[in-house]
Amino acid sequence: MPKNESLKKILVLGSGAIKIGEAGEFDYSGSQCLKAIHEDGINSVLINPNVATIQTDTRFADKVYLLPVTPEYVESIIEKERPDGIMLAYGGQTALNCGVNLEDTGVLQKYGVNVLGTQIPGIKRTEDRQLFKDSMKQCGMPVLKSSTVTNFEDAKKTAEELSYPVIVRVAYTLGGRGGGVAYNEIELHEIVERGLKASLVGQVLVEEYIGHWKQIEYEVMQDYDGNNVIVCNMENVLSMKVHTGDNIVVAPSQTIDNHEYHMLRTAALRATKHVGIVGECNIQYALAPDSDRYVAIEINPRLSRSSALASKATGYPLAYMSAKIGLGYNLSELVNRITKTTTACFEPSLDYIVCKHPRWDFEKFELVNRRLGPTMKSVGEVMAVGRTFEESFQKAIRMLDIGNDGLVLNRRNGKTFTEEEIEYKLSHHDDQILYYVAIALKMKISVNRIYELSTVDPWFIEKIQNIVNVEEKLKNSELNESLLWEAKKMGFADKQIARTQDKTPDEIRDLRKNLGIIPCVKQIDTLAAEWPAVTNYLYMTYGGHSNDIVIPEDEKGIVVLGAGPYRIGSSVEFDWGTVNMVWGLQENGEKRVSVVNCNPETVSTDYDICTRLYFEELTQERILDIADFENPKGIITCVGGQTANNLTPGLAQHGIDILGTSAHDVDRAEDRSKFSAELDKLHIQQPRWQAFSNLSEAKSFAQEVEFPVIVRPSYVLSGAAMKVVWSQEELKTYVKEATDVSPDHPVVISKFMLNSLEVDVDGISNGKQVIIGSIVEHIDSAGVHSGDAMMVIPPWRLSNKIIETINEYTKKIALTFNICGPFNLQFLVHDEHVYVIELNIRASRSMPFVSKLVKLNLISLASKAILNKPLPKIPENKWQKITNYGIKVPQFSFMQLEGADIALGVEMQSTGEAACFGNSFYDALSKGLTSVGYNLPSKGTALVTVGGSHNKERLVSSIAKLKNLGFKILATEHTAEFFEEKVGQVEIVHKISEPERKPNIADLLYERKIDFIINIPSTSTLEKYVGMLDDEYQIRRKSLELGVPVLTTLELADSFVNTLEWLKNNKTTMEPIEPYDKFE
Amino acid sequence: MVGYTEALTDPSYNGQLLTLTYPLVGNYGVPDPLIKDVDGISKFFESGKIQIRGLVVHELSLTASHWNLSMTLDEWMYNEKIPGISGIDTRELTMKLRNGGVMMAALVVSDSEIDVEEVKKQLASATHYDSEQFMDVVSTKHEKIYGDNDQSVVVIDTGAKNAILRNIREIGYKAILVPWNTSYEKIMSYNPKGVVLSSGPGDPQKCPDTITVVKKLIENNVPTLGICLGAQIIGIAGNTDTYKLKYGHRGQNKPCVNLENNQVYVTSQNHGYGITPESLEKSDFNLWFTNADDKTVEGIKHKKQNCIAVQFHPEAAPGPNDCKFIFEELQNLMESK
Repeated sequence: MPKNESLKKILVLGSGAIKIGEAGEFDYSGSQCLKAIHEDGINSVLINPNVATIQTDTRFADKVYLLPVTPEYVESIIEKERPDGIMLAYGGQTALNCGVNLEDTGVLQKYGVNVLGTQIPGIKRTEDRQLFKDSMKQCGMPVLKSSTVTNFEDAKKTAEELSYPVIVRVAYTLGGRGGGVAYNEIELHEIVERGLKASLVGQVLVEEYIGHWKQIEYEVMQDYDGNNVIVCNMENVLSMKVHTGDNIVVAPSQTIDNHEYHMLRTAALRATKHVGIVGECNIQYALAPDSDRYVAIEINPRLSRSSALASKATGYPLAYMSAKIGLGYNLSELVNRITKTTTACFEPSLDYIVCKHPRWDFEKFELVNRRLGPTMKSVGEVMAVGRTFEESFQKAIRMLDIGNDGLVLNRRNGKTFTEEEIEYKLSHHDDQILYYVAIALKMKISVNRIYELSTVDPWFIEKIQNIVNVEEKLKNSELNESLLWEAKKMGFADKQIARTQDKTPDEIRDLRKNLGIIPCVKQIDTLAAEWPAVTNYLYMTYGGHSNDIVIPEDEKGIVVLGAGPYRIGSSVEFDWGTVNMVWGLQENGEKRVSVVNCNPETVSTDYDICTRLYFEELTQERILDIADFENPKGIITCVGGQTANNLTPGLAQHGIDILGTSAHDVDRAEDRSKFSAELDKLHIQQPRWQAFSNLSEAKSFAQEVEFPVIVRPSYVLSGAAMKVVWSQEELKTYVKEATDVSPDHPVVISKFMLNSLEVDVDGISNGKQVIIGSIVEHIDSAGVHSGDAMMVIPPWRLSNKIIETINEYTKKIALTFNICGPFNLQFLVHDEHVYVIELNIRASRSMPFVSKLVKLNLISLASKAILNKPLPKIPENKWQKITNYGIKVPQFSFMQLEGADIALGVEMQSTGEAACFGNSFYDALSKGLTSVGYNLPSKGTALVTVGGSHNKERLVSSIAKLKNLGFKILATEHTAEFFEEKVGQVEIVHKISEPERKPNIADLLYERKIDFIINIPSTSTLEKYVGMLDDEYQIRRKSLELGVPVLTTLELADSFVNTLEWLKNNKTTMEPIEPYDKFE
Repeated sequence: MVGYTEALTDPSYNGQLLTLTYPLVGNYGVPDPLIKDVDGISKFFESGKIQIRGLVVHELSLTASHWNLSMTLDEWMYNEKIPGISGIDTRELTMKLRNGGVMMAALVVSDSEIDVEEVKKQLASATHYDSEQFMDVVSTKHEKIYGDNDQSVVVIDTGAKNAILRNIREIGYKAILVPWNTSYEKIMSYNPKGVVLSSGPGDPQKCPDTITVVKKLIENNVPTLGICLGAQIIGIAGNTDTYKLKYGHRGQNKPCVNLENNQVYVTSQNHGYGITPESLEKSDFNLWFTNADDKTVEGIKHKKQNCIAVQFHPEAAPGPNDCKFIFEELQNLMESK
C-alpha cells in the first residue's frame, strides 16, 4: 500500500525532558519520524518542551511547540492546529500514555485525528498487563504465571501461590519504575504500595521470578499489510536479573542456537501480528538456560531505547522506517537506506558484535542504592562495535568516560576481596559486576561457580577469562609482536598495555605502529558485505586486515567529536551542539565533515548527518587512529562537552590541528592559576580560592575567608564530589578523604558566597568580535548547581549596571583568551559586585535554550568563527530586545534512584530539562513546571516543614498567598506555631519518626491528602546533614515515592506559589517557537 | 549468526569450502549427533555427517556454552576429520567472493613456509566444482522410510536435508526417501500422495535421470514440490533454463515476495544456480515468488498441473520458519486431487 494521500498535517508527540528511562533516544526517533514526514511533503507539528533537542529546532518539523506533553496541552494544540494524524510511538512512554488518554477521553475522535501506526487497542493489548497476558495466550505465546492486583492483600495471596521470590511490575510506567523483587512479605508490602501509587491505573503485576533466565529481545517491524521482519535480536549479559536498560547487552545474541533463535523469532512475528503492531515494536523474552522453555515478558508498541540501539547496531533506521509505515507504505516498497538498492523488507545480517554498556552516575547521589535489578537506574549508555566480544566490551568500558581503560589494568588498582566477599558481590549485582567476575577468575573461582552466583552465561565468563589471561601474559612475558596483536584483538588499549611494560602509552603506540599493528576501518552495511554498499557508517577493529574504504590522498575534511554517553551534566544539549556544528560547517561550504561518537541514543550518530560516521571511542588513542586514517585538516573538540574538550591538549600535543580556540588558550582557561592570573590582569574579581595539599593551611585559609567554603579535588576523578563545607570538622574529613583518593593532587578551596545570584553567559567569538547570546539568570540562589537551577531569560533581578558590567567582562575575557568558537562564562553577583566563577571554552548546556529563545543559533555562528569566516552583523544586544520570557526547569529522576536524597546541592543531580516560553515570567514558568511533572493544583493542601528562622521568615509571604488562594496549610509543631502567628490557621501534623502521634505525615501521604510539600532543609544551608535531618529526608523520600511534589529551595517554593496565584487569573499562552533568524 | 550445525551438515554444501560472515562461531557448541526423533530422523543435524570440505571463520569459540551441547565445534570437526581455519578477515574474504564470484580455493596447513604458487598450480589441476558428480556422494543408495502413516510422500534425494523429512512428517505423511535416479515406475509403486524433489549441491543439468522422472510426474499430474535444486530440476523438466549465479544466494535473511498476495517472507536460501527469469515465458510455469532485492526467480507454479517449486528453503534449518506453509500448499495439492 502506498502513502496515505489524505494526510496533510501530522502531530508528533515528544518525550519531554530527559529522565531515567526516557533519554535522548527519543530525540533520535522523533527526528527520524519528522524527517520521514517532511520527505513526503506533509506538514508536521511537534509538541516537546525539551529545548535541548534537535527535533525542537524548526528544521525537521514545520511547527514546534515547547509545551508539556500532557493531555490538556496536547488537546489545545489539536484544537488549534487540526492535524489529520498523530504519531504516538516516537516520544517514549510519555507520548504513548498521553495518546491513550486522548483516545479514552474522546479527544482524538472529537477532532477526527487518526492514530498513525499501532492503533490504541493494539497499544492497550501490550501495555495493560492482563490484556497482554490474554492476548499472548490467544496467539500461543507462553507467559509467566502471574496475577494483576490492585491491593496488597491480593498481592500477598498471589505471592504465596507462586512462592517467593516474586517480582512486582507496575502497569503504565517508564523504565520499570516502581517495580521490584520481593523475597518476603515485608518487602512485598513496600514494593506493592509504592507500585500502586506509581501506576497510572493503580495496578501492579505479581509474577514468578526468573532472574537466572536469559533475557533476549527482538525488534520487529510490521506494516499495515501484515508483512513483518525482525531487524535485530539482542542478548542481555546480566540475564533477567537486571532491567535491560541497566544491562550489558550484545547484538546479535551469542549463546542461543538456531532452534531457539527461530523459535523466538517465529513467536515474535506471530505475537506482533496478533496484537496489531503497525510500525516498530520490541519484544522481550525470558529463555530458560537449561531447556528451550521461554516466556514473553513484554512488548513495547513504540520506539524505545532498545530500538535506537538496534538501529545503530544494524544500520537499519527503525524510527524512520516505522514512520514511513505509519504514513501507509508497506515494507517492500521501502528501500534499505544503506544499500539504496535492496528492500527494507529484510533482516540485517551483522558481521561484528555490538556491546551496549550503561552509564550510571551513582556518585552524584547521596544514600543511593547501587544495586542493579528490575528498576532502571542508568542515565545513559554507549555502544561499541568490534569483531570479538572482548574487543567490543573493553571498548565500551572506555567509551563510558569513567576513568577506566578496560576491564583490567586500570589506573586504580581494584580492591582485594575475600572469597566470601566476592561471592556476595557476584550474587548481588551492582554497577561493577563484570569487574567482580574478572576478580573472581583471578582468584581461581571456577567458571561454573561464577555462573551459579552471577547467572552470567559461562560463554561470557570464558570471554572475560580471555581478557584476564592476556593481562597475565602482558604482565609476565615479553611483549612481542604476536602478544601485542593478541592484546589489541582482545580490546586492550595502549594505556593498559603500557601499565604492564613500564612504558608510556605513546611508546606502545609507536611500537605497534612500527610493527604495522593498526586497527582497520570496517563498514556497518546491514548485510555483512554480501552486497556492495556505499555506506559511510564505520567502526574500527583489530579483527581484520583490510580497510573497507580508502580516503583519497587529496581529501582533507574536518572531524567533529561528539559528547559520548549521556550522563548527569552532559546530555542531549551537547548532541544538539555536535549536530548543529556539522550542519554549520556544511552550510559554510565544508564538504567533508566526519563525526566520532559512541552514544547510540543520539542524532549525531545518524549516518545521514555527516560525510563519515565513526561509531568509536572518544579516547586519545582512537581519535589519533582516526586522524591517521582520515588525515583531516583539523578536529573540533568544542561541541562535545567535557569529554571532547578534555581531549584537546593531548591531541594538540600529537600534532593535531584543533580547530577553534587553540589548545593553549583552552589550557589558560582550564588551569585555575593561569586563569586567575589573567583575570587579575583584567581587574576582574573571583571568589577567593586557593589550592592545598595539607590540612593546616587549608584550615587557616578557610578561617580567613570564613565558612562556608566550597571544596573540590583539583584533579577531578570520577566520583570525587564537590562539597560545601561549614566547619573545621567537616573540612578535616573532606581533605582526608580527598587526599586518600589521590594523594598527589591537592584540594581546592574557595569562598562560598551565601545569598548571591548566579548568572550564565553564552556567547561566541572569533577573536575580534564577541557575540553575546544572552545573559541567563538562575532563579535559585548560588549553591544550587547550575545544571539543577531554574534559569530565566531575560534576567529579572539584575540591575542595568550589573548587566553592563557582565557584558563588559564577557567581551574582555573572550578577547583575552582569543576565543574562536563557543564559550560559556559563569558569574556570581553578590552585593552588586560581579565575580567570575569559571570560563568554559566550549558549547554549554544552556546554548540550545539561549539559541531558541533569542532566535540566534550560536553553534551555527561558532562554525563560521571556527572556519575564519566573517561573522554576520548581529544587532548589538539582540537578546535584550526580545519581548518574551524563557524559563528552563530541571527534570529529576529521583524516583528511579532508590534511597537518593532529593535536596539539591553543589553536585548536579538533574537528568534533563525543559524550557517553555511565554509572555510573562509566570506564563513561561507554569508551563515549565508542568513540563517536568509538577501538578499545579488550584486548591488543596500543602505541607510546610521549614528549618531555621531565617527560612521561615522568608516564606511568610508565600504561605500567606497560599492561604489566600484557599489552600489548607499543614505544618509540624514549630513551623505551625510560627506561621499561625503570621498568617492564621495552620494545622499541626507530626513527624514520620513519631508514628504514634496523629495526624502523622506518613499517613497523610499514603492517603494522598497532601498535594505538595514545601520542605526547606534546616540550617538554611544547602549542605545535607543527613544523620541529623533524617526525618526531613524521610519526608522527601516518601513523598517522592508517592508522587507528591516537594519544593526544596526557597526560590522554587516562592515561584511555585506565585505561579499558582498567577494561574488563578490567567491562562498560559500556546505559541509555536519561531525559527532562527537568518544573518548573512 | 546461528545455524552452523545445520549448514555444515546440509548436503547442498557438499564439496565446498564454507566461510561464515558472522565472526564468532561455535559459541553454543554442537549437540549430540546420536539423538533421533521418534521416526529415527536425526534431531539436530541435516544429514549424517559434515558435508563441507573445510570451514573458514574469523574466531572459533574454543569453549562453548549451551544446555544441549555434547561437544565443541572444534571437537566435532576434528572427529569428522574436516579441516578449518580461524583468524581470517572473513569480511575481506566475503568482499573478494562478492567481486570475483565463488571460486576454487585450497586450505593448506604446513609448519614451513607455504609455496603459494605451487598451491595455485595444484588447484588449477584439481577437479572443478562445476564438474563434480555430487549425486553419488550425497544421495541415499537405497530407500529409507520414516513414519508409519498410510499416506506417503516420496522424497527424491538429490541431497535432501533432514528438515524436509521432518516437515513431511509434520503434515502427517510417511516420508519415503529414494535415490536420485529412482525410476518413475519405482516411485509410483509406493503409491505416494505426492513427490518432493529435494535440495542438493551442484548444477541441475547433472541430474538428467531426475529430470526425466519429473517430466513424467508432471505429465501424470502427480502432486510435486521442488525445493532449491529440486526447483531447478522441475524448471528444466518444464522448459525453463537455468544459470549459475555469480556468488549465489546464501543466508537466512532473504526477502521473497509471493506474487499472488504481495506478502513478503523472509526466507532461508542456499543456491548457486537459478532459473533464468526470461525463460519462464516460453515454459509451462508461472512466476510465483521473486527475490525482493534482485528480482530473481524464487518460486514457480505449473500453469496446469499440480506442480510447484520454490528456490528457497521452506524447511528452514537453518533459518526462519516463515515459509513452512509451502508444505501445506503441497498438502492442498495432494488432498484436493
